[in-house]
Order: sequence, then structure tokens, then C-alpha cells
Amino acid sequence: MGQSQSHLDDDACLADKLDALLVRLGFGNLKRGSLQRLTGGASKETWALEAVGSAGAAPLIMRRLSADALPSERTIEPDCEARLIRRAGECGVPTPRVCHILEPWDGLGAGFLSARIEGETLARRILRNPEFAEIRSKLSFQCGAILARIHAIPLATLPQLKAQFALGDLDGLYRSYRSFGGGSPVFEAAFRWLRDRAPGEARVPRLVHGDFRNGNLIVGPEGVRAVLDWELAHLGDPAEDLGWITVNSWRFGMIDEPVGGFGSVEQMLEGYRSEGGEDIDVSRVLYWRTLGSLRWGLMCRSMACPGQAGGRITVEGAMIGRRISETELDLLDILAPGSVR
Amino acid sequence: MKHPPATELLASVAKFLRDDLLPSLSGSHAFNLRVSINVLDLVRREVELQAAAEEREHSRLAKLLGRNDELEAMRQELCEQIASGKITLDRAELREHLRATTLDRLAIDQPSYSAYVAAVARSGSEDERKKDAAEE
Repeated sequence: MGQSQSHLDDDACLADKLDALLVRLGFGNLKRGSLQRLTGGASKETWALEAVGSAGAAPLIMRRLSADALPSERTIEPDCEARLIRRAGECGVPTPRVCHILEPWDGLGAGFLSARIEGETLARRILRNPEFAEIRSKLSFQCGAILARIHAIPLATLPQLKAQFALGDLDGLYRSYRSFGGGSPVFEAAFRWLRDRAPGEARVPRLVHGDFRNGNLIVGPEGVRAVLDWELAHLGDPAEDLGWITVNSWRFGMIDEPVGGFGSVEQMLEGYRSEGGEDIDVSRVLYWRTLGSLRWGLMCRSMACPGQAGGRITVEGAMIGRRISETELDLLDILAPGSVR
Repeated sequence: MKHPPATELLASVAKFLRDDLLPSLSGSHAFNLRVSINVLDLVRREVELQAAAEEREHSRLAKLLGRNDELEAMRQELCEQIASGKITLDRAELREHLRATTLDRLAIDQPSYSAYVAAVARSGSEDERKKDAAEE
């Protein structure tokens, strides 16, 4: 992927290739000046664009691997992600329609084109703006219902995905923690706590989205319009998704509303059962919240590590490294709650 | 005659950037400047608070481990003892040590973080309760 994309970052050249592709797909032409890079992760680029043809205008998104993306063990390839999104859409999960999976002869690297869905992804606005006031109290139930549909997708109909359960996950995270030099008594205590309580692999593995949270959900005044960013999808314990969305970092200050800062765990589990999801005990949600806080702490650390960000260290990246202490407090609020100072 | 402390110098730079420079920028420059100002504020808090916090951490560790050594060496030993299960969260002193160390760290890194604000408010009301109890 590296060499085929290294010379692609010239915007004019990119626009020409996209224009040719849109013509081939029957979408018409790329609207002049519509191509715009959206902020996104370090490994994936997200572009907004608009096609104009006889059928009218079509707002689109292109997601593709960055030229300097490092191979990652946890993320799936973009073509696999695209097929997964299609499958989820067929199973009633709100997703953007995938229009095209990029082919080598498109000259655009590895990625896909999808419909662009209007709506809000920024948690601060979803949690505070008046147009979302009415839906906020229903979002938690809705998230539970959507997760039940994701977890019900028959595995035989999915692209090949790796299985990842708690103990294997913890081994990988511990290796990553050691590679950053270790040295955090709180993380050591959390690893110990999580290993002692790790659920077995005996449960029926399910499709796990892997990053279901504020920021990856497009929300409108009527509710969730689309679930984005499927690159961390894997097979595993469905309680993982239910725990991850309750990690304190995704509450964006609304600490008393565990699910994404907008609702309760009970509402989410009720929504989950309403769509046929299994009866999941809150202790399993809490377990995966704890593992999630630990994971997020290590993700913050890796973003501050130049080796992981293609050799550059940005002001933002450096600062994110200091957010580890936030996750340490979140971990202690679970492992050793108290008001002792 | 006393030199102006480094914390005052940092505060003056942060103030200039925030009040005079930031309003004239937009887009990614404004974003990165805002993050940069946060970095300066963090460094100022570290200069102000870290030495005393590490002293407290050191004396807690000395009690917890029953020996006196360099701070880094004792931190490392605590990590090993937790990993091996020699010391566990059942011990109140360990729980108290981890919380106190983490709260001191957040006072430097991110004092506006929701869980920190909540923890400080709780410990404030706890202090009030103790004071009320003592007065009764």
C-alpha cells in the first residue's frame, strides 16, 4: 500500500482520479472545489466530495488508508470494512451506503466510497445543543437496540475476522504497556484486577463493532442515523461494545450519564433486549468499561509516541499523552472508589 | 532581590498568546495555538506542584514498602509487588496511595477533567462532614 500511495497526495491529481472514477461509476463528475479533507485518524484519511451528474448531486465520503499508515494488528483492511458495513446495513444497522470499494486500477489506494449522511458526530453538540434535547433521553435505548442488531448478524455471512477475547486482549495491551516503559502502579493493579475476573472464551462469539461510541455515531434530532468507523471490528464478547460506550472519556463531562454522557446502562440494556439481545449483567458491562479505560489510556500513550504516528510528534499528540492520568483516575473510581485524599 | 519565578514567565506568555494572538488566528493555527496554550499552562502547574507531590508520594511509598530509596526505584518496586500479587487492593494504604498519587497527577495534567472535579468535590464535602462531626 505504501508505494502505490506515496505519490498520491497531490490534491489536483487526486481530484482528477476521483473525477474519472465518478464518471466510470455513473455518478457524473466531481463538483469543482468540493473535495475536502476532513480531520480523521492517523492511519485513515477521510475526504468529503460531491458528484454532480444527470441524476443530480450526490454528497459522498471517501475513506482510504493514509500513505504513511503503519500496518496494525487490530484494524481490518478497508475493503473488509466496506463489506462489513454493507452486511450490517442489510441487517438493519443504520450505516452509510457503500457505493464502491476502490480497485487497484482506480489509482486511489485502498479504501471505499460511501454516501455522506448529514448529521452531528461531535459529542459536545449532541450533549448540549437544544435540537438534540428531546432525543438525548432516548439515545441510550437506541444504542442498545442497534448493538443487539450488530451482535445478531450471523457470523457465516461476514468477511473473515479475528477473534479477540479478554485474556488475549489483555496480553496484547500488557505488551504495549511494557513497550512504553511500564511504571504505572494503577495500570498494574488494573491488569491484575482484569485478569482475575476475565470471562472465559466459552461464550458464543459475536460480531463486535469495537469502537461504538460518541464520535463514531451520526446523530440527527430523531436519533442515530449511522454507525461509522468499523475498522476495529472483530469477533468476541458482545459485552465489550456495551462497556466501551460507557467509558468515562466518551461522556465528555456528563459524568453522571454513563452511556455516552446521555443515558443510563439500564436504558441501554433495555434497548438491547428489545431487539432480541441476550440478558447481559451490568457487571459484564463494568468489566469491559474497565478494560476500555485501560485501552484508551494506552491509545493516548501511543498517540504521543512519534514511532506510532509516522515519525511526527504534534502538539496535540504530545498533549494527548498526558491524558493517561485521566484514565488512571477512571480506573481507580472502579477498582478503589473512595474520597480519600 | 528575587528573580521572577518561571511560573510567572510562563503565565505571562500564555496570557499574551490567549488574549492578543489567538483572536487573530483561525482554522488549524487557532486550534494548535489553543492546544499550545494548554501545554504552557500544564508546564506551569508542573513547575508549581510536582516537587511537593513527589515528596508526598515518596513518603507514602516509604511507609508502604517499609524502606527508603530513590522515588523511581520505589515506584518500580510497587509495580512489581502489585503485578506479583504481593500487595493487593485489599490493603487500604495501597488504595489511598494510588488515589492520592493520581489526584496529584491530575492537578497538574488535567484539573478540569470531570472525574477529578467530582473527586475533589467529594473530598471537599468529606472534609466538611469531618469538621462538622468534630465540632459537634
